[in-house]
Amino acid sequence: MLYCWQTAKQHLIEAAEGAKAIIAWGSCATNGCVQGAKPNPTGATPIHKIIKNKPIVQMPGCPPIGEAMAALIVHYVTFDRLPELDRSGRPKAFYGKRVHDTCYRRPYFDAGLFAQTFDDENAKEGYCLYKLGCKGPTTYNACASMKWNNGTSFPIESGHGCIGCSEANFWDNGPFYERSTNIPGFGIESTADTVGMVASGAVAAGIVAHAIGANISKRKELKTRYTRGRVNEENLDKNEDK
Amino acid sequence: MENRIVVDPVTRIEGHLRIEAEIKEGKIVDVYSSSTMVRGLENIVKGRDPRDVWAFAQRTCGVCTTVHAITSVRAVEDALGIAIPPNAEMVRNIMEGALYMHDHAVHFYHLHALDWVDVVNALKADPAETSKIAQSISNWPKSSPGYFSDIQKRIQKFVESGQLGIFANGYWGHPQMKLPAEVNLLGVAHYLEALEWQKEIVKVHTILGGKNPHPNYLVGGMACAINEESTGGLNAERLAHVGKLLKEGKRFIEQVYIPDLLAIASFYKDWGGIGKGIGNYMSYGDFPTNGYGDPSSFKFPQGVILNRDLSKVHDVDHRNGDIEEFVNNSWYDNYAEGADTGRHPWEGETNIKYSGPKPPYTHLDVDQKYSFVKTPRWQGKPMEVGPLARLLVGYGRGNKEIQDAVNGALAHLNVPVGALFSTLGRTAARGIETQLVANWTMEFYDTLLNNIKNGDTRMANMELWDPSKWPAEAKGVGFTEAPRGALAHWIKIKDGKTENYQQVVPTTWNASPRDPSGQKSAYESALMDTPVADPELPLEIIRTVHSFDPCLACAVHLYDEHGNHISKVSNVGSCEI
Repeated sequence: MLYCWQTAKQHLIEAAEGAKAIIAWGSCATNGCVQGAKPNPTGATPIHKIIKNKPIVQMPGCPPIGEAMAALIVHYVTFDRLPELDRSGRPKAFYGKRVHDTCYRRPYFDAGLFAQTFDDENAKEGYCLYKLGCKGPTTYNACASMKWNNGTSFPIESGHGCIGCSEANFWDNGPFYERSTNIPGFGIESTADTVGMVASGAVAAGIVAHAIGANISKRKELKTRYTRGRVNEENLDKNEDK
Repeated sequence: MENRIVVDPVTRIEGHLRIEAEIKEGKIVDVYSSSTMVRGLENIVKGRDPRDVWAFAQRTCGVCTTVHAITSVRAVEDALGIAIPPNAEMVRNIMEGALYMHDHAVHFYHLHALDWVDVVNALKADPAETSKIAQSISNWPKSSPGYFSDIQKRIQKFVESGQLGIFANGYWGHPQMKLPAEVNLLGVAHYLEALEWQKEIVKVHTILGGKNPHPNYLVGGMACAINEESTGGLNAERLAHVGKLLKEGKRFIEQVYIPDLLAIASFYKDWGGIGKGIGNYMSYGDFPTNGYGDPSSFKFPQGVILNRDLSKVHDVDHRNGDIEEFVNNSWYDNYAEGADTGRHPWEGETNIKYSGPKPPYTHLDVDQKYSFVKTPRWQGKPMEVGPLARLLVGYGRGNKEIQDAVNGALAHLNVPVGALFSTLGRTAARGIETQLVANWTMEFYDTLLNNIKNGDTRMANMELWDPSKWPAEAKGVGFTEAPRGALAHWIKIKDGKTENYQQVVPTTWNASPRDPSGQKSAYESALMDTPVADPELPLEIIRTVHSFDPCLACAVHLYDEHGNHISKVSNVGSCEI
């Protein structure tokens, strides 16, 4: 891409030179987002793959929550330091919990009450959207607690499952309406760090470009770790069909 | 080549646009419009679940995300023969209506107004006089001398600090700035108010679609189920919130945007004779009230006008061969049939092949391919799309509501019909239609409430949700009138997957490079003959380009007659707003 005579990469390198730290706003900056989805026709590259010598705060999301973006700057201005980050470089304050952990529909999940299709009686009751593909259980973000546009609503509250837009390579982890399997852990004790650890392992192995591959290996590893969650899920599956 | 000035990036737009213009004796004699950015979304959605594609297509733009999503779900619904429930149609209309209010008001105040309003000059205004003017044109309550005096102090602080922030690098003091200081102050005050206002109207999307930007859509209807007896779905509280936001939005349009537009336009009537353009206008029509399959129910009628002849409106057909895209001047592989042939979007392809100069460069080689934008044509003719095209088509179709709105504005400004075909006409049309859409959106809202009152709470038709019920092969077209103009997506589905996907967006029509017979598209045509008083500060180019509300991004770089860089006239950067 060319902008103002130079490539976007040249602009980035120039702008980064005098920076103390870099905030990667949004999934375009943190993981390449939609243009980086397979087959990534233009070779879209996240910032941390280009700038290696500066602290980078990752604020993924398509887009990130506006209030979270503002809060990061306010934090820095108020306390003169960056907020605590997880292993993937995300501020724990906003990415420390899964959407699922703070979702107001979580009790329906625990009770095995699910919408079976959009606009059915259960959907109208506001039951859990997990079976319609909701990615809340695998997505670390503050949508369910901070909500969107000054706390007005968030995707699940408006009837549509989370599509996981703050997770790396979420475009290639779909389809969006296919129910996720092998959800890691059902307790809020599960933190972004545990997934972050696996993800950075994947980066080290250099397979991040092959998102699906990385994802499969991630799932495999998590599967063995969270047997308790899997047993829970199997029980739920039995219940929900009653 | 030698005396071609270059505007790159053009700022206060969405995306990346570059204009190279040749100026002779103070006028543009040749001009090239180029976009230097590409992402290849059409290739990315290939092979994916058609029900997912709206989310990819929505990311085509961070502003009109809603229309791309609607266009995409319509394309899939059209291919599979899915009719959505009336409530879903109204919710989509309400969300699109809210987008129009947001997008047009933001364009007017934050992207376009600073081409006409001199921020620094507002410091010379008498706030009491501004107050008088404000109260003479509107009932908007924030209009006291004290209010405008406070605004003036805020600007003064900006200027004294030497950091103009969002107002840095404008064309302040340019001889083409014609507003009295008092009107400049009014404009700046409302620029700031509109910033606050715009974050409210988008909440319509948040309630109905879960977030903004990028609210959620659904093939078959909408996901926001209705349940007036529960907090689980849209209930009275949620719906009343939407109603309140729409009413407040409409009030801002009526009491701030429209009076300001007419007041500012009255000082720039000469721009009713500049930026004429092609003279061909196209609208796909939109805001269905009886289903997407019944264009006669659309609030904006569909049609094509040729050579400014409003007495004859031609029909648009998305399915026959009328619409074709050419890549003769675009950085893609030529079609197998040859460089000068076009293809209907169902057969279209996007094989990126950049053959332009290696950056950094000073000029594009316009004898070769020179843009990532393809060149669409209707029956071989270039078309202008956008608010003006919509109103002219509606006018030509004899739509009384549209005719009255247009005639009212012309009478107010005391300008002839011919003034519509211009830079001023485009900017005025955008305001006129915002008022219309604001009115209609309240109608859509009332219809939705009435439906629910009458017991219809259906929001999605899921009968054909399961791909096992789909035919092995299907193809469809989704179209909308995006705020920037006619937008369509063409999809081919095979074995439950997206086989081909082509988007022809409004800016493709307007910003495209020349076709094989050398015909210019809308930007290039409209910029021809534009007077440029000061090549170092080509405000006139920016005014006309901005009148289209480009969806591509841009500052102004200028070259002297020997191709030397004179100056980099930074316009207000899109990244600064």
